[in-house]
Amino acid sequence: MKPLRVSWNHIRRSPYQAFAAILTMFLTFLVSGAFGLTVATSLLVLSYFESKPQATVFFKDTAEKSQADALKTTLEATGKTANIKYVSKEDALGIYKEQNKNDPLLLEMVNADILPASLEVSATDPRYLKELEPIMKEADGVEEVIYQKDVVDTLVSWTNAVRLVGGILIILLSLDSILIVMTIIGMKVALKKDEVEILKLIGASKWYIQLPFLLEGGMYGVFGGFMAWMVMFVLILWFRASILSFLGIIPIITTILGSLLSSAFIGSSFGFFFILSSLGFLLGSIGSLVALKKYITF
Amino acid sequence: MIQFDHVSKEFGPTSIALTDIAVEIKDGEFIFLIGKSGAGKSTILRLILRDIIPTAGRVIVDDWDVTKLPQSKIHLLRRKVGMVFQDFKLLMDRTIYENVALGLEILGKSKEETEKGVSEVLELVGLSHKRNSFPLQLAAGELQRVGIARAIVGGPKILLADEPTGNLDPDTSWDIMQILEEIHALGTTVIVATHNEAFVNTMKKRTITLKDGNIITDEEKGKYHQTERGKHHQHHHKEEEKKKA
Repeated sequence: MKPLRVSWNHIRRSPYQAFAAILTMFLTFLVSGAFGLTVATSLLVLSYFESKPQATVFFKDTAEKSQADALKTTLEATGKTANIKYVSKEDALGIYKEQNKNDPLLLEMVNADILPASLEVSATDPRYLKELEPIMKEADGVEEVIYQKDVVDTLVSWTNAVRLVGGILIILLSLDSILIVMTIIGMKVALKKDEVEILKLIGASKWYIQLPFLLEGGMYGVFGGFMAWMVMFVLILWFRASILSFLGIIPIITTILGSLLSSAFIGSSFGFFFILSSLGFLLGSIGSLVALKKYITF
Repeated sequence: MIQFDHVSKEFGPTSIALTDIAVEIKDGEFIFLIGKSGAGKSTILRLILRDIIPTAGRVIVDDWDVTKLPQSKIHLLRRKVGMVFQDFKLLMDRTIYENVALGLEILGKSKEETEKGVSEVLELVGLSHKRNSFPLQLAAGELQRVGIARAIVGGPKILLADEPTGNLDPDTSWDIMQILEEIHALGTTVIVATHNEAFVNTMKKRTITLKDGNIITDEEKGKYHQTERGKHHQHHHKEEEKKKA
């Protein structure tokens, strides 16, 4: 506990330097956290769409079920499909009724005969859809093939853009944080040059001398990470209803944000806090280590 | 045991601090290193503490070749060798207790062990009543006693003192010498670099006299030689005698 107390005293005795370091760390983790959450959400949305049928093969009214079964067998034989589900005219009517249950007028006008039977096809990798396309289009009784591919492609390009911009910002801010911590710890080491020399002469080990400085850098990171987490936590609570209405179709988001007392929400919040604090400690410690390497020679 | 095996030390080509020093110091000895400023006294102490390394030769401390000691083990050597400095080298923002406790904290001693050890050495140097004072509140003699307390609290086998009375008045200097003798009586090897001829002549300990980086005498019950006083000192002495007359 002694090194921690010494580190805390260092921070207490130079509040402005500490504030500068913590503020930089806070900004770094606020931006990193925000981009991290955005990328994570984009990936969830992406995987949600990817898990949905990527192509739907609609059959002609005259087509027999045996033709759908034959196509299903052919597609499965390629080994490139993850899941194939047959939706009969009756099933289609059921889905239609569920989707339009609040509009009786629409329900009256439709019966099973005018709705097509279909096969919902998911490939193990969306890239295989191009190879499966001719098989689906040329099969007997097929009327039309519709893809989710365009939605997925747009999402992928958005996610990649967010990742790129976020990645560059995170790298720049992390470097900035390391440099700020390095400068501040370097100044403190220089101010305590005599103390360090005395400690060395009386037989203090390298770590006895360095640990308080290392922990000080780490503490800046933990405080910065904690503040960023607090701000994001409050913002997520504030916009929870909007997030749920916009992204509520994705089950995991509903699970996490559905109830504030659920273990999923509490676990995710603490998990996120732990990640930000750990990264903060790591970043601060790296800054300190660089300074110690530069300013204390053994 | 400390052994200097033909040790030379140069600080650059024109500054030769020691030349081919060969000397052996047995466990439990009390030794005075005397000589004019620049004779090489402090260099010998710094070599034992591995603050510097020799240009040639070997320095052996308790079977450790200090010259070849890796960086990672220097602190272990320094725990065997306590050092008392002329300028005390105390941490001004810590109390006397905290300064002395440093000597035990670096060894990883518990709070109770530290409390016990510090109380004992403060008692030995007569500063128990000042344990909560800060260095700025103490006189020079008291500060040097704190320096000694810190140097011995970890129980080193060897105690080095570099001009420990250089900044003190004669009475206080004798107090410090008495403390060093008490520490020696407990079995510690004590090496004192000094200019003070009264100590050397009165205490009659082994005395190594250095001149320009060479050992010129090494006597069992040594004394401060006339030549070591220097012309200035002799002149000053004569002036004082004239005044008295």
